[in-house]
Amino acid sequence: MEALFPFLPLLVWIVPIVLGFVFGQINEKRHYRSIHAREKAWLHLPTTASRYPILPGHIVRSELVGGSVVVSVDYFKRAAAGLRSIVGGPVKSYESLLNRAKREAVLRLKESCPGAHEIVNLRLETSSLSNNARGSIGAVEIYAFATAIYLADATAV
Amino acid sequence: MFLSNIETIPGKTITASHGVVSGSTVRAKHVGRDIMAGLKNIVGGELRGYTELLNESRDQAIERMKAQAQQMGANAIVNVRFSTSSVAVGAAEIYVYGTAVTVA
Repeated sequence: MEALFPFLPLLVWIVPIVLGFVFGQINEKRHYRSIHAREKAWLHLPTTASRYPILPGHIVRSELVGGSVVVSVDYFKRAAAGLRSIVGGPVKSYESLLNRAKREAVLRLKESCPGAHEIVNLRLETSSLSNNARGSIGAVEIYAFATAIYLADATAV
Repeated sequence: MFLSNIETIPGKTITASHGVVSGSTVRAKHVGRDIMAGLKNIVGGELRGYTELLNESRDQAIERMKAQAQQMGANAIVNVRFSTSSVAVGAAEIYVYGTAVTVA
């Protein structure tokens, strides 16, 4: 036990990184599976970033809808990004995190209006909750918002 | 009250414009939530506590904006935009704004 003592500070670094790597990877795989399945289920709902409705038909109702998610990076991703920032280039570990978060926010938006016929003017907002302050939690919020449109005759769909 | 983030309320016509309305909230996070989030931060993933917190704040900001529009005699708000900023470590501001209009 005493022989381990000099390595204790190192262990304090390594253990969260290993935990982050193992559980982070499991979480990411599971999340991607869920995203792929739900995206397939929502294919019938046309979604556009354009400001104008894309489907013909009489509009009976419209409403503002939104979906949000707050995600945090794991210790492994943070360490990987730290190493990457020495040489520069794409930070893959953050790319997949933000990609998952954005798709999740859009899916939540769609799940909040199950009867809608189309979604127009989809916008995404990203904000950092920590301002990269030292010792704080590295988390980002993604908020997706759009106008959901309900048509009288959905035969065109 | 009709809300949309495009220039019109689809299927209706704007008859009068009342100007910009806005609503904001500043929320601090909860110590308990912060401890949980700190643990979650090791393995990554969604921080549900924060998602809920920000959703509540956003709803409140929207309510405040609606109240202001109602006071002006408007029945709809178009071009609604959101912005979030962290004003201090542990507190976030949610700001929502749009144009108050009357639709028929």
